[in-house]
Amino acid sequence: MDDLASLVQIKGLRDGLLVSLSDAPWEEQRAALLSQIDEKQSFFQGARLALDVGTQILRVNEMVELRDHLSERNVSLWAVVSESPTTEKTAQLLGLATRISKPRPEEAHRFEVQDLGEGTALFLNKTIRSGARIEFSGHVVVLGDVNPGAEIIAEGNIIIWGRLRGAVHAGSKGNEAAVVCALDFAPIRLQVGPDAMITSNKKETGKPEMAFIRDERVVIEPWQAGQQENL
Amino acid sequence: MTAQVITISSGKGGVGKTTTVANIAVALASDGAKVVCIDGDIGLRNLDVVMGLENRIVYDIVDVIEGRCKLRQAMIRDKHLSELYLIPAAQTRDKNSVSPSDMNRLCDELRPDVDFILIDSPAGIERGFRNAIAPADRVLVVTNPEVSAVRDADRVVGILEAEEKRQTALIINRLNPALVKQHDMLSAEDVLDLLGIRLIGIVPEDEGVIVGSNRGVPVAQDGKSRAGQAFRNIAKRIRGEDVAFMDLDKQSGLWNRIQKMAGRK
Repeated sequence: MDDLASLVQIKGLRDGLLVSLSDAPWEEQRAALLSQIDEKQSFFQGARLALDVGTQILRVNEMVELRDHLSERNVSLWAVVSESPTTEKTAQLLGLATRISKPRPEEAHRFEVQDLGEGTALFLNKTIRSGARIEFSGHVVVLGDVNPGAEIIAEGNIIIWGRLRGAVHAGSKGNEAAVVCALDFAPIRLQVGPDAMITSNKKETGKPEMAFIRDERVVIEPWQAGQQENL
Repeated sequence: MTAQVITISSGKGGVGKTTTVANIAVALASDGAKVVCIDGDIGLRNLDVVMGLENRIVYDIVDVIEGRCKLRQAMIRDKHLSELYLIPAAQTRDKNSVSPSDMNRLCDELRPDVDFILIDSPAGIERGFRNAIAPADRVLVVTNPEVSAVRDADRVVGILEAEEKRQTALIINRLNPALVKQHDMLSAEDVLDLLGIRLIGIVPEDEGVIVGSNRGVPVAQDGKSRAGQAFRNIAKRIRGEDVAFMDLDKQSGLWNRIQKMAGRK
């Protein structure tokens, strides 16, 4: 059974346990993890567990199943750390954290927004509902609405092909050239770049608008073709 | 028979989940379906009170799950409808006494013998809610035309989407057409506009609902009640019938617009 134990690594963190998975098939690793928990029940009882899945891609069903199996054992899954944006997104949709206090060494090499004209974008083809928090190191594009109570934080631009009524933060690492566009623009909270935060009671105009920084202040203007060339 | 498992949920408390479960159950059973209601609100049970079956409880759902009694022994038959049963929640235990897989097992055992299993979900999005949606084939999200209730319903719909529960429909409960007209209440269109899911019923505000709940006689048994009619219509739509939405306010033509919106998705 030494094999089983080596499939998953468990170590203590300041605020719970961190389980790191290897490259073995998911089914085997899940079985290994659950059997370890069953063996050392008193150790795991009531534990907060973060899961580092590495490069593995976890599907929604698999994550839900694991969380339920864990909760039956009185272990709560609070975070899933992954190198795959798909898995991160899945975890975020289930309300799980995707970062733990100790940053991953890989994070330093991740994509950084320098030129806002290009870069990686996270494309979401759905309505972002209350309670969802999307954080991404590039641009975020939503084909759908962003409802009140939802939050989008992007190091790059945020483009909403739909109604924006939640909270958004573009240029979250301080990039003042970032913009937020939406077909219908009425965010509960809007931030572009470092601390240019405005609380907006703005009503929807029914026309596409764009927010950006001009003279150190966030302004919202009707979107016009050709305007983006100045940015 | 293979039962359809329908969970009634809301996120926010006090929007009328339990009343909705009792009324839809009564309406389905009056139409001849065999229905079992499960009270998923362990520790705060009240479906038994609304259905008027409080004093008949011997065993509850936790007794079944922990093997102290047979499933049949925990099923309480309704006073009026012989094909309607309730599996009550335990009052002296908490939500952690039941797991999602317990709920799946329980429903699988019931499925061959009944037409519908209705699960009353507790408020919130924690363990009790997870238990209630685990076996669901279909989830009805109940909301009131209020900003806070709609916000919570949105959160629930988001979780259901993430868990890949495909069949989700909306019930707007306690709509007051007079207040909507004065712009003091969100309209059904406002609610649907935000949530963007299929509408399966609008229940008008009706004092009879409270009176019925207190007496343990759900309003769906009252042929004259408007709210009762709305619940009976929801039951028909659950069975796949195409029932027009009630005309809650003749002057504004709300009915027509709602039908248009409902047909949209």
